[in-house]
Amino acid sequence: MMTATNVLPERRARWRISFSAATSWVLRISIALILVAGVVGSILKDRYSADQWFDLVAFGITIGSVYALIALGYTMVYGVLRLINFAHGDIMMAGSFAGFFIAASMERSGFLDQHPVLAFAAMLAVAMLVSAGIAVLTERFAYRPFRHVRGLAPLICAIGVSFFLQQSFRGFFGAGLRSYPDPVWLRAPVSLFEFNVPAVQVLVVASAIVVMLVLYLIVHKTKMGTAMRAVSEDVETATLMGIDVNRVVTFTFALGGAVGGVAGVFYGLVFKQVYFFMGFTPGIKAFGAAVLGGIGNVPGAMIGGIFLGICESLAPALLLDGLGIPAPYQMRDLIAFTLLIAVLIFRPYGIFGERLAGKRG
Amino acid sequence: MQSATQHLSWTKPLTPPAVVLPLKTGIITGLLAIYSAAVGILKLFFERDVIVDTLTLGDLFLATLAACCGAYVWRKSTQAGHIRAAQAFAAGLIAGLILVGLVVAVTQLNLRWMFTALSADLSRTLTYKQGALAGSLMIIAASMSAALCGALLMSMSDSLRRSLLWSMACVLIAGVFQELIQISLRFGGAVAAIRELLYVWGGLTVQGAAIVFFFAFVVLQALDARKRRGAATTLKSPAPKARSQLASALLLIAVLIAFPLVAGSYIGQVMMLVSLFVLMGMGLNIEVGLAGLLDMGFVAFFAVGAYTIALLTADSEYALAQDTFLPSLNFWSALPFAVLAATLVGVLFGLPVLSVKGDYLAVATLGLGEIVRVLVISDAAKPVLGGAQGILQIPKPHIGSFELADPVSLFYLTLVFVLVAAYIAWRLEGSRLGRAWMAIRDDEDVAQALGINLVQSKLLAYGLGAAFAGLAGAIFATMLTSVYPHSFSLLISINVLALLIVGGMGSLPGVIVGAILLIGLPEVLREFDEYRYLFYGALLIVVMRVRPEGLWPSPQRKRELRAAEKG
Repeated sequence: MMTATNVLPERRARWRISFSAATSWVLRISIALILVAGVVGSILKDRYSADQWFDLVAFGITIGSVYALIALGYTMVYGVLRLINFAHGDIMMAGSFAGFFIAASMERSGFLDQHPVLAFAAMLAVAMLVSAGIAVLTERFAYRPFRHVRGLAPLICAIGVSFFLQQSFRGFFGAGLRSYPDPVWLRAPVSLFEFNVPAVQVLVVASAIVVMLVLYLIVHKTKMGTAMRAVSEDVETATLMGIDVNRVVTFTFALGGAVGGVAGVFYGLVFKQVYFFMGFTPGIKAFGAAVLGGIGNVPGAMIGGIFLGICESLAPALLLDGLGIPAPYQMRDLIAFTLLIAVLIFRPYGIFGERLAGKRG
Repeated sequence: MQSATQHLSWTKPLTPPAVVLPLKTGIITGLLAIYSAAVGILKLFFERDVIVDTLTLGDLFLATLAACCGAYVWRKSTQAGHIRAAQAFAAGLIAGLILVGLVVAVTQLNLRWMFTALSADLSRTLTYKQGALAGSLMIIAASMSAALCGALLMSMSDSLRRSLLWSMACVLIAGVFQELIQISLRFGGAVAAIRELLYVWGGLTVQGAAIVFFFAFVVLQALDARKRRGAATTLKSPAPKARSQLASALLLIAVLIAFPLVAGSYIGQVMMLVSLFVLMGMGLNIEVGLAGLLDMGFVAFFAVGAYTIALLTADSEYALAQDTFLPSLNFWSALPFAVLAATLVGVLFGLPVLSVKGDYLAVATLGLGEIVRVLVISDAAKPVLGGAQGILQIPKPHIGSFELADPVSLFYLTLVFVLVAAYIAWRLEGSRLGRAWMAIRDDEDVAQALGINLVQSKLLAYGLGAAFAGLAGAIFATMLTSVYPHSFSLLISINVLALLIVGGMGSLPGVIVGAILLIGLPEVLREFDEYRYLFYGALLIVVMRVRPEGLWPSPQRKRELRAAEKG
């Protein structure tokens, strides 16, 4: 862009650049003004107690770690294939359903209350299996034929897959909400730094950290992980080095799907319900988190997810309340989507930069 | 590498391809049948008759699946004729066995708490109410014979097969759309005699089906024979082709004008919806098809058009006339404002995402659309936009003292707008601006290097696309006489995008074909409404895989795709 203006010193060309820059600066300044006004307003109002702030932060970290898990799936797939797996939110939904059915049947037999650890492990294991299976099938039948197609076709196909999965689950399991089992061991409060936090949140955050650590080790220490990184660096060279790209892609989808399945169970446990459309919004938000952390960048996705969760949880109280907007909690999605768009506009390469210096598009 | 060859060498004799092919095909067919049962659509198919009391859509669907399975095996197999037939037979057997497995599972286990559609009722329908054993045998027999029929079809000559399949399709259409056809044939005299020959009150009779089948078959064979003779003698010259195109377009418009008068107000309503979506499709076509800007927040413009009309004309507390100096307008004077407001929002919408490209643009526009929706529903905007309850009492448009109240007259109104919009879209496509859009679509950097003003062209694409959607939204608001935020969900954007892609991006006739297929058909087949988006999703995948240029592509796009394939 800059070189173009140097070569062609026309008035129109210069005006064009300054127009884009001007709009983006107007946007930046107005966003900054709104932020400052909101925060100052909220602080002056002083409506919330320390307890409430802590609850908000704790909830933000919880939901943020779920977003982080979903974002990992986007990031890994994008890193390897340069494809936005639009259906990833729905793969998470599939995991949530799988976990739900296991939990519900265990609740009937009383197993869920008697053996919390085993029951939790079983839910996660089945959810991971189902999600990974669906992710691999999706890749095989919907994405593989588009491996070498440029343009909009792969994305449109991914949108199709997303709807197909959603509506299939609606057909299978009905359009209504089903409420997740809520055993005693998840409800008990845990005290943390003089504050009480529901056990679900502690469990979700702790397990998410474990999952992320394992994932990090898989990507960075195993042979398959090395192959994954090699493919995301340069497909052709990786092929020449004897890496079976199809296997790597399948593995990536399986891994991303499994992590998405875990996220689905956690999402169900936190919000206590499952339904067929539940994957869509968190999916989009988590995509924003993945871009925020630099798409293709595994640790970036984790941090981006948690950052998004905290923003989404705090912003209604910290920002919108101060602006005098009624019922600020209705606007939670608005915050997340605004953040998403702001990231796409201002930092499409993320805060930490894309791990893989590849040309997008 | 070594292990791979070893793998091959010991699997080869164990499983000869003669067994693998039918096994694989049969399993996939069986799984598809199970999927259709579990997702619940099979049950609905069984409730719809094609031929009264004889053949349901469900039977036909399963038979078609098995026939496709047989046909596929016949086509893919490299064996001699009788072995191929045996293979098709075996594939049918496997598919049937899998379906029987489903019946057993449904009757033995309680799957209902998980899969809402797998009820004992379904298994009774599947076994033809004959009990488990006899029913299962019937399933297997039916599946095998259908697979054999499929194979038989494939072994026929092309012309015969085509005629047979099309004749069957005619019977299917005559059966499934019997209500519509009967309404259209409700006039007296000779027309009524035809109706009585084919139909009873409940639908197509066996005799009627046979008549339709033979009639269609004879006509198709005759046409085919003529075509073959014609092809042998002369090639069509291009000049009369253009004239015949114009003639067929005029004929189409005449049919469009006459059809709702014949078919009644229900069809009028359906055609009204289809034409609304054609209008929106043409708008999105400017953004996606011409300029290559994948916009998934398109519904926002539709909403802006609708809400502008509501605020300017409605007789409610939210109307602008209530608390500002603005007078209460009628539909016609408010319409330009609606279109203008949508255009303005389109440009504003496009401004922040100017530099966002490709996949990211899709997600960013999706986010923008969702933001608009959240804002409209929220309590913050309630004093202006009425919140979730929406704005009521929007007047219908008047011409003189005549109120365009019923769907048919509103359809004519929309048709006029569609024609005008189509003309504008067609002129735009060939204009300097249209070519600039296409250049941007193909390569932004090159387009910029060629001196195309990216900012201006992109903003114009957003603005003009939004204007079409705003127009559609305005008509939508006055059609419903009320606007609710829930009418403007993301699903509308997906609807428009899907119809555009299925019809063919960048092609005006494609938009119409897509709208009829994706909006009109589900409206007519109301009971399958739940499965509409399932159908869309599957259709998007299939179209992208099999026919990425769409059903009726623009000639240029077709050429490009061909060239890309060759190169």
